[in-house]
Amino acid sequence: MSRKMLAGPYIIWVVGFTVIPLLLIVYYGLTTASGAFTLNNVTAIAQPEHAKALGLALLLSLISTVVCLLLAFPLAMILRNRGVGRGSFVVFLFILPMWMNFLLRTLAWQTLLEKNGVINGILGFLHLPKIAIINTPAAIVLGMVYNFLPFMVLPLYNVLCKIDDNTINAARDLGANFFQTLIRVWIPLSVPGIISGITMVFVPALTTFVISNLLGGSKILLIGNVIEQEFTRSSNWNLGSGLSLVLMVFILISMMLVEKYDKNGEGTAF
Amino acid sequence: MKTTKEKILHIVENGYLGVILVFLYAPILTMMALSFNSSKSRAQWGGFTLEWYAQMFDSASITSALYNTLYIALMSALIATVIGTAAAIGMNSMKRTPRAVLTSLGNIPMLNAEIVTGISLMLGFIAFGITLGRTTILLGHITFNLPYVVLSVMPKLKQTNKSTYEAAMDLGASPVYAFFKVVFPDILPGVLSGFLLAFTMSLDDFIITHFTKGSGVNTLSTLIYSEVRRGIKPSMYALSTIIFVTVLALLIVANFAPGKKKSEAAA
Repeated sequence: MSRKMLAGPYIIWVVGFTVIPLLLIVYYGLTTASGAFTLNNVTAIAQPEHAKALGLALLLSLISTVVCLLLAFPLAMILRNRGVGRGSFVVFLFILPMWMNFLLRTLAWQTLLEKNGVINGILGFLHLPKIAIINTPAAIVLGMVYNFLPFMVLPLYNVLCKIDDNTINAARDLGANFFQTLIRVWIPLSVPGIISGITMVFVPALTTFVISNLLGGSKILLIGNVIEQEFTRSSNWNLGSGLSLVLMVFILISMMLVEKYDKNGEGTAF
Repeated sequence: MKTTKEKILHIVENGYLGVILVFLYAPILTMMALSFNSSKSRAQWGGFTLEWYAQMFDSASITSALYNTLYIALMSALIATVIGTAAAIGMNSMKRTPRAVLTSLGNIPMLNAEIVTGISLMLGFIAFGITLGRTTILLGHITFNLPYVVLSVMPKLKQTNKSTYEAAMDLGASPVYAFFKVVFPDILPGVLSGFLLAFTMSLDDFIITHFTKGSGVNTLSTLIYSEVRRGIKPSMYALSTIIFVTVLALLIVANFAPGKKKSEAAA
Protein backbone atom coordinates (compact mmCIF):
# COMPACT_ATOMS: atom_id res chain seq x y z
CA MET A 1 0.00 0.00 0.00
CA SER A 2 1.32 3.39 -0.98
CA ARG A 3 -0.55 5.16 1.80
CA LYS A 4 1.77 3.80 4.44
CA MET A 5 4.64 5.45 2.56
CA LEU A 6 3.28 8.80 3.68
CA ALA A 7 4.65 8.02 7.12
CA GLY A 8 8.12 7.58 5.57
CA PRO A 9 9.48 11.07 6.23
CA TYR A 10 8.20 10.87 9.80
CA ILE A 11 9.88 7.49 10.37
CA ILE A 12 13.16 8.86 9.03
CA TRP A 13 12.77 11.94 11.23
CA VAL A 14 12.00 9.94 14.37
CA VAL A 15 14.97 7.64 13.79
CA GLY A 16 17.37 10.42 12.84
CA PHE A 17 16.40 13.07 15.37
CA THR A 18 15.04 11.10 18.30
CA VAL A 19 16.30 7.52 18.40
CA ILE A 20 19.90 8.00 17.22
CA PRO A 21 20.51 11.09 19.41
CA LEU A 22 19.19 9.21 22.46
CA LEU A 23 21.48 6.27 21.65
CA LEU A 24 24.33 8.78 21.49
CA ILE A 25 23.59 9.81 25.09
CA VAL A 26 23.79 6.15 26.06
CA TYR A 27 27.06 5.81 24.14
CA TYR A 28 28.65 8.90 25.68
CA GLY A 29 27.31 8.00 29.12
CA LEU A 30 28.96 4.58 29.05
CA THR A 31 32.34 5.51 27.60
CA THR A 32 35.38 7.54 28.59
CA ALA A 33 36.66 10.49 26.58
CA SER A 34 38.86 8.07 24.64
CA GLY A 35 35.96 5.74 23.84
CA ALA A 36 36.60 2.89 26.30
CA PHE A 37 33.65 1.35 28.16
CA THR A 38 33.12 2.60 31.70
CA LEU A 39 30.38 2.91 34.30
CA ASN A 40 32.11 5.78 36.08
CA ASN A 41 29.94 8.45 34.47
CA VAL A 42 26.80 6.79 35.81
CA THR A 43 28.16 5.92 39.25
CA ALA A 44 29.37 9.53 39.51
CA ILE A 45 25.86 10.26 40.75
CA ALA A 46 26.99 8.87 44.11
CA GLN A 47 29.61 11.58 44.49
CA PRO A 48 28.49 13.92 47.28
CA GLU A 49 27.99 17.03 45.14
CA HIS A 50 26.00 15.14 42.48
CA ALA A 51 23.97 13.15 44.98
CA LYS A 52 23.16 16.37 46.81
CA ALA A 53 22.00 18.05 43.58
CA LEU A 54 19.80 15.07 42.68
CA GLY A 55 18.39 14.83 46.21
CA LEU A 56 17.56 18.53 46.32
CA ALA A 57 15.98 18.37 42.86
CA LEU A 58 13.85 15.40 43.91
CA LEU A 59 12.81 17.11 47.13
CA LEU A 60 11.92 20.46 45.55
CA SER A 61 10.09 18.92 42.60
CA LEU A 62 8.10 16.63 44.92
CA ILE A 63 7.09 19.59 47.08
CA SER A 64 6.13 21.59 43.99
CA THR A 65 4.09 18.71 42.60
CA VAL A 66 2.17 18.29 45.85
CA VAL A 67 1.55 22.04 46.13
CA CYS A 68 0.37 22.16 42.51
CA LEU A 69 -2.00 19.25 43.09
CA LEU A 70 -3.42 20.80 46.26
CA LEU A 71 -3.95 24.15 44.53
CA ALA A 72 -5.23 22.76 41.24
CA PHE A 73 -7.75 20.18 42.44
CA PRO A 74 -10.14 22.64 44.14
CA LEU A 75 -9.61 25.04 41.25
CA ALA A 76 -10.51 22.41 38.66
CA MET A 77 -13.53 21.35 40.77
CA ILE A 78 -14.83 24.90 41.04
CA LEU A 79 -14.37 25.51 37.31
CA ARG A 80 -16.11 22.24 36.48
CA ASN A 81 -19.03 22.89 38.85
CA ARG A 82 -19.56 26.30 37.34
CA GLY A 83 -20.15 24.40 34.11
CA VAL A 84 -18.51 27.15 32.11
CA GLY A 85 -17.32 24.81 29.37
CA ARG A 86 -13.92 24.15 27.94
CA GLY A 87 -13.63 27.09 25.61
CA SER A 88 -14.94 29.61 28.10
CA PHE A 89 -13.21 32.82 29.05
CA VAL A 90 -12.83 31.85 32.72
CA VAL A 91 -10.92 28.67 31.86
CA PHE A 92 -8.95 30.66 29.31
CA LEU A 93 -7.87 33.08 32.06
CA PHE A 94 -6.25 30.27 34.02
CA ILE A 95 -4.45 28.84 31.00
CA LEU A 96 -3.27 32.12 29.51
CA PRO A 97 -0.13 32.60 31.64
CA MET A 98 1.10 29.27 30.27
CA TRP A 99 1.49 30.89 26.87
CA MET A 100 3.60 33.69 28.27
CA ASN A 101 7.27 33.08 27.58
CA PHE A 102 8.62 30.75 30.25
CA LEU A 103 11.74 32.83 30.86
CA LEU A 104 9.79 36.04 31.14
CA ARG A 105 7.49 34.54 33.77
CA THR A 106 10.46 33.45 35.84
CA LEU A 107 12.18 36.77 35.28
CA ALA A 108 9.04 38.48 36.58
CA TRP A 109 9.26 36.57 39.85
CA GLN A 110 12.88 37.54 40.19
CA THR A 111 11.79 41.17 39.90
CA LEU A 112 9.08 40.69 42.49
CA LEU A 113 11.14 38.80 45.03
CA GLU A 114 14.49 40.60 44.84
CA LYS A 115 15.98 42.27 47.87
CA ASN A 116 15.18 45.68 46.41
CA GLY A 117 12.32 44.28 44.37
CA VAL A 118 8.66 45.12 44.09
CA ILE A 119 7.32 43.11 47.03
CA ASN A 120 9.93 44.48 49.41
CA GLY A 121 9.27 47.97 48.05
CA ILE A 122 5.60 47.62 48.94
CA LEU A 123 6.37 46.04 52.31
CA GLY A 124 8.84 48.83 53.09
CA PHE A 125 6.27 51.46 52.14
CA LEU A 126 3.83 49.87 54.59
CA HIS A 127 6.58 49.67 57.25
CA LEU A 128 6.33 45.89 57.32
CA PRO A 129 9.31 43.54 57.72
CA LYS A 130 10.94 42.64 54.42
CA ILE A 131 11.06 39.13 52.99
CA ALA A 132 14.27 37.44 51.95
CA ILE A 133 13.33 34.36 49.95
CA ILE A 134 15.19 35.13 46.71
CA ASN A 135 18.14 32.75 46.24
CA THR A 136 16.60 30.20 48.63
CA PRO A 137 15.01 26.83 47.83
CA ALA A 138 11.64 28.41 48.69
CA ALA A 139 11.96 30.78 45.75
CA ILE A 140 12.71 27.82 43.47
CA VAL A 141 9.59 26.00 44.66
CA LEU A 142 7.56 29.15 44.09
CA GLY A 143 8.93 29.42 40.56
CA MET A 144 8.17 25.76 39.84
CA VAL A 145 4.61 26.02 41.16
CA TYR A 146 4.00 29.20 39.19
CA ASN A 147 5.38 27.83 35.95
CA PHE A 148 3.86 24.37 36.03
CA LEU A 149 0.49 24.96 37.76
CA PRO A 150 -1.43 25.15 34.44
CA PHE A 151 -0.02 21.71 33.51
CA MET A 152 -1.80 20.34 36.58
CA VAL A 153 -5.01 22.34 36.14
CA LEU A 154 -5.63 21.33 32.51
CA PRO A 155 -5.60 17.51 32.78
CA LEU A 156 -7.54 17.66 36.08
CA TYR A 157 -10.14 19.95 34.59
CA ASN A 158 -10.46 17.69 31.54
CA VAL A 159 -11.13 14.52 33.57
CA LEU A 160 -13.43 16.29 36.03
CA CYS A 161 -15.54 17.59 33.15
CA LYS A 162 -16.14 14.01 32.06
CA ILE A 163 -17.69 13.05 35.43
CA ASP A 164 -21.46 12.79 35.04
CA ASP A 165 -23.43 15.06 37.39
CA ASN A 166 -25.73 12.09 38.06
CA THR A 167 -22.86 10.12 39.60
CA ILE A 168 -22.27 12.88 42.12
CA ASN A 169 -25.96 13.39 42.79
CA ALA A 170 -26.35 9.66 43.32
CA ALA A 171 -23.60 9.71 45.95
CA ARG A 172 -25.32 12.64 47.67
CA ASP A 173 -28.75 10.93 47.50
CA LEU A 174 -27.29 7.88 49.13
CA GLY A 175 -26.24 10.05 52.04
CA ALA A 176 -22.59 10.74 51.35
CA ASN A 177 -21.35 14.05 52.73
CA PHE A 178 -18.92 16.32 50.89
CA PHE A 179 -15.75 14.56 52.05
CA GLN A 180 -17.13 11.09 51.37
CA THR A 181 -18.11 12.18 47.85
CA LEU A 182 -14.66 13.67 47.39
CA ILE A 183 -12.84 10.55 48.48
CA ARG A 184 -15.17 7.92 47.04
CA VAL A 185 -16.27 9.62 43.79
CA TRP A 186 -14.30 12.70 42.73
CA ILE A 187 -10.78 11.46 43.40
CA PRO A 188 -11.11 7.88 42.08
CA LEU A 189 -12.69 9.15 38.87
CA SER A 190 -9.94 11.70 38.32
CA VAL A 191 -6.96 9.34 38.74
CA PRO A 192 -5.93 9.53 35.03
CA GLY A 193 -5.85 13.33 35.24
CA ILE A 194 -4.04 13.31 38.58
CA ILE A 195 -1.32 10.98 37.28
CA SER A 196 -0.96 12.87 34.04
CA GLY A 197 -0.80 16.18 35.92
CA ILE A 198 1.77 14.82 38.36
CA THR A 199 4.14 13.77 35.57
CA MET A 200 3.57 16.97 33.65
CA VAL A 201 4.69 18.93 36.71
CA PHE A 202 7.23 16.52 38.17
CA VAL A 203 9.36 15.84 35.07
CA PRO A 204 10.01 19.48 34.08
CA ALA A 205 10.46 20.48 37.75
CA LEU A 206 12.96 17.69 38.40
CA THR A 207 15.03 18.52 35.34
CA THR A 208 14.89 22.31 35.36
CA PHE A 209 18.01 24.39 35.38
CA VAL A 210 16.49 27.72 34.42
CA ILE A 211 14.27 28.25 37.46
CA SER A 212 17.02 27.31 39.88
CA ASN A 213 19.44 29.54 38.00
CA LEU A 214 17.20 32.62 37.99
CA LEU A 215 15.54 32.30 41.39
CA GLY A 216 18.05 30.23 43.35
CA GLY A 217 21.14 32.27 42.61
CA SER A 218 24.28 30.50 41.54
CA LYS A 219 24.83 28.68 44.82
CA ILE A 220 21.92 26.25 44.75
CA LEU A 221 22.59 23.54 42.20
CA LEU A 222 19.94 21.09 41.06
CA ILE A 223 20.78 18.04 38.96
CA GLY A 224 19.65 19.98 35.86
CA ASN A 225 22.20 22.70 36.59
CA VAL A 226 24.97 20.13 37.02
CA ILE A 227 24.18 18.48 33.68
CA GLU A 228 23.80 21.79 31.87
CA GLN A 229 27.19 22.94 33.17
CA GLU A 230 28.87 19.73 32.07
CA PHE A 231 27.72 20.44 28.52
CA THR A 232 28.08 24.20 28.26
CA ARG A 233 30.96 25.06 30.61
CA SER A 234 33.09 22.09 31.58
CA SER A 235 32.49 20.28 28.27
CA ASN A 236 32.64 16.89 29.95
CA TRP A 237 30.01 15.33 27.71
CA ASN A 238 30.63 11.82 29.01
CA LEU A 239 29.90 12.79 32.59
CA GLY A 240 26.91 14.92 31.53
CA SER A 241 25.50 12.01 29.51
CA GLY A 242 26.05 9.57 32.37
CA LEU A 243 24.15 11.81 34.78
CA SER A 244 21.40 12.26 32.16
CA LEU A 245 21.01 8.48 32.03
CA VAL A 246 20.36 8.50 35.78
CA LEU A 247 17.82 11.28 35.29
CA MET A 248 16.11 9.30 32.54
CA VAL A 249 15.39 6.49 35.00
CA PHE A 250 13.06 8.85 36.88
CA ILE A 251 11.47 10.04 33.64
CA LEU A 252 10.87 6.44 32.57
CA ILE A 253 9.24 5.61 35.91
CA SER A 254 6.81 8.49 35.54
CA MET A 255 6.08 7.57 31.90
CA MET A 256 5.28 4.02 33.01
CA LEU A 257 2.91 5.38 35.66
CA VAL A 258 1.00 7.30 33.01
CA GLU A 259 0.93 4.24 30.78
CA LYS A 260 -0.57 2.24 33.65
CA TYR A 261 -3.20 4.67 34.91
CA ASP A 262 -4.04 6.72 31.86
CA LYS A 263 -4.27 4.10 29.12
CA ASN A 264 -6.76 5.96 26.97
CA GLY A 265 -5.01 9.29 27.21
CA GLU A 266 -8.04 10.72 29.05
CA GLY A 267 -5.90 12.94 31.17
CA THR A 268 -3.92 14.55 28.39
CA ALA A 269 -3.81 18.28 28.49
CA PHE A 270 -4.09 18.92 24.78
CA MET B 1 -33.30 29.58 45.59
CA LYS B 2 -29.99 29.52 47.33
CA THR B 3 -29.48 28.69 50.95
CA THR B 4 -27.14 30.79 53.07
CA LYS B 5 -24.71 27.90 53.10
CA GLU B 6 -24.57 27.84 49.32
CA LYS B 7 -24.08 31.60 49.20
CA ILE B 8 -21.15 31.38 51.58
CA LEU B 9 -19.68 28.54 49.57
CA HIS B 10 -20.02 30.63 46.43
CA ILE B 11 -18.16 33.53 48.05
CA VAL B 12 -15.40 31.22 49.29
CA GLU B 13 -15.07 29.73 45.80
CA ASN B 14 -14.87 33.16 44.19
CA GLY B 15 -12.27 34.18 46.74
CA TYR B 16 -10.19 31.12 45.89
CA LEU B 17 -10.41 31.79 42.15
CA GLY B 18 -9.43 35.39 42.87
CA VAL B 19 -6.37 34.47 44.93
CA ILE B 20 -5.11 32.10 42.21
CA LEU B 21 -5.69 34.74 39.54
CA VAL B 22 -3.69 37.29 41.55
CA PHE B 23 -0.89 34.73 41.92
CA LEU B 24 -0.94 34.05 38.18
CA TYR B 25 -1.15 37.62 36.99
CA ALA B 26 0.77 39.64 39.60
CA PRO B 27 4.16 39.03 37.96
CA ILE B 28 2.87 39.76 34.47
CA LEU B 29 1.14 42.98 35.51
CA THR B 30 4.21 44.06 37.48
CA MET B 31 6.38 43.72 34.42
CA MET B 32 3.91 45.70 32.36
CA ALA B 33 3.90 48.49 34.94
CA LEU B 34 7.71 48.50 35.13
CA SER B 35 7.99 48.79 31.35
CA PHE B 36 6.49 52.30 31.65
CA ASN B 37 8.44 53.26 34.76
CA SER B 38 10.99 56.02 34.15
CA SER B 39 12.87 55.18 37.35
CA LYS B 40 15.37 52.37 36.88
CA SER B 41 14.72 51.18 40.41
CA ARG B 42 12.26 48.34 40.56
CA ALA B 43 10.70 49.40 43.82
CA GLN B 44 9.96 53.03 42.93
CA TRP B 45 7.60 54.67 40.49
CA GLY B 46 9.41 57.52 38.76
CA GLY B 47 6.76 58.57 36.28
CA PHE B 48 5.50 57.40 32.90
CA THR B 49 7.89 56.90 30.01
CA LEU B 50 8.09 55.17 26.63
CA GLU B 51 11.88 55.36 26.63
CA TRP B 52 12.36 51.62 27.14
CA TYR B 53 10.18 50.84 24.14
CA ALA B 54 12.25 53.15 21.97
CA GLN B 55 15.44 51.58 23.32
CA MET B 56 14.07 48.12 22.55
CA PHE B 57 13.33 48.88 18.90
CA ASP B 58 16.76 50.49 18.50
CA SER B 59 18.53 47.41 19.74
CA ALA B 60 19.91 45.33 16.86
CA SER B 61 20.22 42.25 19.05
CA ILE B 62 16.53 42.36 20.00
CA THR B 63 15.27 42.87 16.46
CA SER B 64 17.44 40.06 15.06
CA ALA B 65 16.37 37.74 17.89
CA LEU B 66 12.74 38.61 17.17
CA TYR B 67 13.25 37.83 13.49
CA ASN B 68 14.93 34.48 14.31
CA THR B 69 12.16 33.55 16.73
CA LEU B 70 9.38 34.22 14.23
CA TYR B 71 11.27 32.57 11.36
CA ILE B 72 11.93 29.39 13.36
CA ALA B 73 8.41 29.25 14.81
CA LEU B 74 6.77 29.66 11.40
CA MET B 75 9.08 27.33 9.47
CA SER B 76 9.16 24.61 12.12
CA ALA B 77 5.38 24.70 12.49
CA LEU B 78 4.87 24.53 8.71
CA ILE B 79 7.32 21.68 8.12
CA ALA B 80 6.09 19.75 11.16
CA THR B 81 2.48 20.17 9.99
CA VAL B 82 3.24 18.78 6.53
CA ILE B 83 5.34 15.83 7.75
CA GLY B 84 3.06 15.18 10.72
CA THR B 85 -0.19 15.22 8.74
CA ALA B 86 1.27 12.86 6.13
CA ALA B 87 2.53 10.65 8.95
CA ALA B 88 -0.90 10.52 10.61
CA ILE B 89 -2.49 9.41 7.33
CA GLY B 90 0.20 6.79 6.75
CA MET B 91 0.02 5.53 10.32
CA ASN B 92 -3.76 5.28 10.12
CA SER B 93 -3.45 2.59 7.47
CA MET B 94 -0.69 0.69 9.29
CA LYS B 95 -1.18 -2.51 11.22
CA ARG B 96 -1.59 -2.23 14.95
CA THR B 97 1.90 -3.21 16.14
CA PRO B 98 4.01 -1.02 13.81
CA ARG B 99 1.64 1.85 14.48
CA ALA B 100 1.98 1.46 18.25
CA VAL B 101 5.79 1.29 17.99
CA LEU B 102 5.96 4.40 15.81
CA THR B 103 3.55 6.27 18.09
CA SER B 104 5.62 5.48 21.18
CA LEU B 105 8.91 6.41 19.53
CA GLY B 106 7.41 9.55 18.03
CA ASN B 107 6.01 10.70 21.37
CA ILE B 108 9.41 10.57 23.07
CA PRO B 109 10.27 14.26 22.53
CA MET B 110 6.92 15.23 24.05
CA LEU B 111 7.29 13.09 27.17
CA ASN B 112 11.03 13.24 27.72
CA ALA B 113 12.62 16.00 29.76
CA GLU B 114 13.53 18.90 27.51
CA ILE B 115 17.08 19.01 28.81
CA VAL B 116 17.62 15.40 27.66
CA THR B 117 16.08 16.08 24.24
CA GLY B 118 18.23 19.18 23.89
CA ILE B 119 21.44 17.40 24.86
CA SER B 120 20.71 14.41 22.62
CA LEU B 121 20.07 16.65 19.61
CA MET B 122 23.25 18.60 20.29
CA LEU B 123 25.28 15.37 20.47
CA GLY B 124 23.58 14.16 17.28
CA PHE B 125 24.34 17.30 15.31
CA ILE B 126 27.94 17.31 16.43
CA ALA B 127 28.38 13.58 15.74
CA PHE B 128 27.19 14.07 12.17
CA GLY B 129 29.34 17.14 11.66
CA ILE B 130 26.45 19.61 11.38
CA THR B 131 27.58 23.05 12.58
CA LEU B 132 25.31 24.47 15.26
CA GLY B 133 23.48 27.54 14.04
CA ARG B 134 20.01 28.68 13.14
CA THR B 135 19.28 25.60 11.03
CA THR B 136 20.02 23.24 13.92
CA ILE B 137 17.53 25.17 16.09
CA LEU B 138 14.97 24.76 13.31
CA LEU B 139 15.61 21.00 13.06
CA GLY B 140 15.32 20.69 16.84
CA HIS B 141 12.03 22.57 16.90
CA ILE B 142 10.57 20.43 14.10
CA THR B 143 11.51 17.37 16.16
CA PHE B 144 9.56 18.40 19.25
CA ASN B 145 6.68 19.88 17.21
CA LEU B 146 6.00 16.70 15.22
CA PRO B 147 4.27 14.64 17.94
CA TYR B 148 1.89 17.52 18.70
CA VAL B 149 0.83 17.69 15.05
CA VAL B 150 0.37 13.91 14.80
CA LEU B 151 -1.61 13.97 18.06
CA SER B 152 -3.91 16.73 16.78
CA VAL B 153 -4.55 15.18 13.37
CA MET B 154 -4.98 11.54 14.43
CA PRO B 155 -8.33 11.84 16.26
CA LYS B 156 -9.89 13.78 13.35
CA LEU B 157 -8.64 11.14 10.94
CA LYS B 158 -10.21 8.38 12.99
CA GLN B 159 -13.56 10.18 12.85
CA THR B 160 -13.61 10.42 9.07
CA ASN B 161 -15.89 8.09 7.22
CA LYS B 162 -13.93 5.72 5.02
CA SER B 163 -16.80 5.11 2.63
CA THR B 164 -16.98 8.71 1.42
CA TYR B 165 -13.37 8.43 0.29
CA GLU B 166 -14.09 5.10 -1.40
CA ALA B 167 -17.22 6.56 -2.99
CA ALA B 168 -15.16 9.39 -4.48
CA MET B 169 -12.73 6.83 -5.89
CA ASP B 170 -15.62 4.76 -7.32
CA LEU B 171 -16.88 7.87 -9.04
CA GLY B 172 -13.54 8.17 -10.78
CA ALA B 173 -11.55 10.53 -8.55
CA SER B 174 -7.83 9.88 -8.31
CA PRO B 175 -6.60 9.07 -4.79
CA VAL B 176 -4.94 12.47 -4.47
CA TYR B 177 -8.02 14.32 -5.74
CA ALA B 178 -10.30 12.27 -3.50
CA PHE B 179 -8.06 13.00 -0.53
CA PHE B 180 -8.05 16.76 -0.97
CA LYS B 181 -11.75 16.93 -1.85
CA VAL B 182 -13.12 14.48 0.71
CA VAL B 183 -10.73 13.66 3.55
CA PHE B 184 -8.77 16.89 3.92
CA PRO B 185 -11.75 19.17 4.71
CA ASP B 186 -12.67 16.78 7.53
CA ILE B 187 -9.25 16.77 9.16
CA LEU B 188 -8.52 20.47 8.52
CA PRO B 189 -9.46 21.58 12.09
CA GLY B 190 -6.96 19.06 13.48
CA VAL B 191 -4.27 20.18 11.04
CA LEU B 192 -4.83 23.83 11.97
CA SER B 193 -4.80 23.24 15.70
CA GLY B 194 -1.65 21.15 15.28
CA PHE B 195 -0.04 24.01 13.41
CA LEU B 196 -1.01 26.57 16.05
CA LEU B 197 0.15 24.34 18.87
CA ALA B 198 3.48 23.77 17.12
CA PHE B 199 3.86 27.49 16.45
CA THR B 200 3.27 28.48 20.08
CA MET B 201 5.46 25.66 21.43
CA SER B 202 8.29 26.84 19.21
CA LEU B 203 7.81 30.51 20.21
CA ASP B 204 8.00 29.58 23.87
CA ASP B 205 10.89 27.14 23.74
CA PHE B 206 14.08 27.92 25.55
CA ILE B 207 15.78 24.71 26.67
CA ILE B 208 16.09 22.92 23.32
CA THR B 209 17.12 26.17 21.61
CA HIS B 210 19.75 26.69 24.31
CA PHE B 211 21.47 23.41 23.47
CA THR B 212 21.05 23.40 19.68
CA LYS B 213 21.97 27.02 18.89
CA GLY B 214 25.33 28.09 17.58
CA SER B 215 27.17 30.99 19.16
CA GLY B 216 25.99 34.37 17.97
CA VAL B 217 22.51 33.12 17.04
CA ASN B 218 19.78 34.11 19.46
CA THR B 219 16.05 33.73 19.74
CA LEU B 220 14.15 35.96 22.14
CA SER B 221 14.30 33.28 24.85
CA THR B 222 18.06 32.80 24.67
CA LEU B 223 18.60 36.54 24.43
CA ILE B 224 16.55 37.10 27.58
CA TYR B 225 18.52 34.37 29.35
CA SER B 226 21.86 35.94 28.53
CA GLU B 227 20.59 39.43 29.45
CA VAL B 228 19.20 38.25 32.79
CA ARG B 229 22.62 37.02 33.81
CA ARG B 230 24.09 40.44 33.12
CA GLY B 231 21.28 42.22 34.97
CA ILE B 232 17.78 43.01 33.83
CA LYS B 233 17.37 46.04 31.62
CA PRO B 234 14.03 47.85 31.52
CA SER B 235 13.87 47.29 27.75
CA MET B 236 13.32 43.60 28.59
CA TYR B 237 10.13 44.57 30.39
CA ALA B 238 9.02 46.48 27.32
CA LEU B 239 9.71 43.41 25.19
CA SER B 240 7.81 41.18 27.64
CA THR B 241 4.82 43.48 27.55
CA ILE B 242 4.72 43.48 23.76
CA ILE B 243 5.03 39.69 23.62
CA PHE B 244 2.30 39.23 26.20
CA VAL B 245 -0.12 41.58 24.46
CA THR B 246 0.58 39.90 21.10
CA VAL B 247 0.06 36.40 22.48
CA LEU B 248 -3.10 37.56 24.25
CA ALA B 249 -4.48 39.04 21.02
CA LEU B 250 -3.63 35.89 19.02
CA LEU B 251 -5.21 33.60 21.60
CA ILE B 252 -8.37 35.69 21.86
CA VAL B 253 -8.73 35.62 18.08
CA ALA B 254 -8.06 31.86 17.98
CA ASN B 255 -10.45 31.05 20.85
CA PHE B 256 -13.25 33.55 20.58
CA ALA B 257 -13.33 34.49 16.92
CA PRO B 258 -16.86 34.88 15.57
CA GLY B 259 -18.10 31.65 14.07
CA LYS B 260 -16.92 29.69 17.04
CA LYS B 261 -19.68 28.66 19.35
CA LYS B 262 -20.27 31.35 21.96
CA SER B 263 -20.04 30.00 25.46
CA GLU B 264 -21.91 31.19 28.49
CA ALA B 265 -18.71 32.64 29.83
CA ALA B 266 -19.89 35.96 31.18
CA ALA B 267 -19.46 34.80 34.78
